[in-house]
Amino acid sequence: MGESLHTVTTLPTTRRTGCPFDPPAELIDARRHGPISRFTHVGGKPGWLITGYDLVRSVLADPRFSSRKELLNVGDFEVPPPPPGEFLLMDEPQHGRYRKPLVGRFTVRRMRLLTERIEQITADCLDAMEKAGPPVDLVSAFAKPIPTMVICELLGVPYEDRGSFQEQIDTFMGGEVSDEELMAAYTATQEYLAKLVAAKRANPTDDVLSELTDSDLTDEELRGISLILLAAGFDTTANMLSLGTFALLQNPAQLAALRADPALTDGAVEELLRYLSVAKTFMRTALEDVEVGGRTIEAGTTVVLSYNTANRDPERFTDPHVLDIRRQSAGHLAFSHGIHQCLGQQLARVEMRVAFRALVDRFPTLRLAVPAEEVDLRPETADIYGVKSLPVTWDKEE
Amino acid sequence: MRTTRLRVDRERCIGAGMCALTAPEVFDQDPDDGLVLLLHAEPPTAHRAAARMAVGVCPSGAITLDEPEPTDS
Repeated sequence: MGESLHTVTTLPTTRRTGCPFDPPAELIDARRHGPISRFTHVGGKPGWLITGYDLVRSVLADPRFSSRKELLNVGDFEVPPPPPGEFLLMDEPQHGRYRKPLVGRFTVRRMRLLTERIEQITADCLDAMEKAGPPVDLVSAFAKPIPTMVICELLGVPYEDRGSFQEQIDTFMGGEVSDEELMAAYTATQEYLAKLVAAKRANPTDDVLSELTDSDLTDEELRGISLILLAAGFDTTANMLSLGTFALLQNPAQLAALRADPALTDGAVEELLRYLSVAKTFMRTALEDVEVGGRTIEAGTTVVLSYNTANRDPERFTDPHVLDIRRQSAGHLAFSHGIHQCLGQQLARVEMRVAFRALVDRFPTLRLAVPAEEVDLRPETADIYGVKSLPVTWDKEE
Repeated sequence: MRTTRLRVDRERCIGAGMCALTAPEVFDQDPDDGLVLLLHAEPPTAHRAAARMAVGVCPSGAITLDEPEPTDS
């Protein structure tokens, strides 16, 4: 072989100034050296970092790589198993036990039936935004309330209760607090959801959570499932809407094309998913020795999969660092791949199509209210990358 | 002459809906369990490219395609 092996010692915590949409330079550089690099986990354990599209996809589809939380081998400490119901961090058959009852509730068809309701929610947000500004913070006026309201209605979480969980989820997904604060926010959300599950059991209403109480799942399991659905259902989409708007505003020709032709909306959503990859990295642990890209990953070793560099892999996407809403982005890994591929992706698609469309139609002169360098972004340590606040302005008519 | 023929494996399917999204004329999801429903095992020419793409994007490898070798290449 003789090919030298690139080594990445720590995951970068910031992106290059002025390039908020591009993966950290160290990761792009690692990909340039090849799709797989040696890597040292934060706890000191040796691992691998996979940055190339084909290899990330093949590991995600390979049952020899486990998602089990307790197998994570990143430092000299025991990792506890995930709480019941948190199926993202489990393998089959446990994963399927939780995912299967949900699948029929999140089909393409069912999610499309929500279009009208999502249009209504979006229109209400835009009305309020128009009244309040300009300028406004697009995150609090648009990007957060739309997915929050939608997932609340779907799950049967009272929207008035959003104060009880929205900030906590923001805290434990935002990557900027101490472990103690993170645990406190996580525990508070769990407590809220425990009460909610009990309430649904006592008085079922017409929603997914109530329907699930009619299964053999325990209260504790339902709480774990609700936590995943709630956190994944709003934090990811909220950041796609805010960061996506920021990206469109920074690419005026793309924004103008999208505004001029509604038929480009679906493609624009897929391209923004690829280009931004807000769910950046996931980990898998080898259950046996596996050869990946000419290297042997030993049993028990944890690998980091970089979705954002995979989605910017020049061998898979031509000119990958260019946002091009007309490109064929199908096959991107923004929703992952393999058995854990996002359960709520069809909901996310409907929300993004409706919300981006309505936003560009309503505010033809929408623009940043501050210089782009001053936009407050989440750090790389966040599970989901995104924008903390996005001040925008527009010309008022008459 | 062999024709393009699709097969689906409901045991492998995880109900992500990529097939129904990508090739809605060829695939649907069961309204009860969300798993793949094959509408046309031998898709008409007009939908073959979409069906092929659906095979490629299926996250669980639940769809397979038998296709005759192209004769004009």
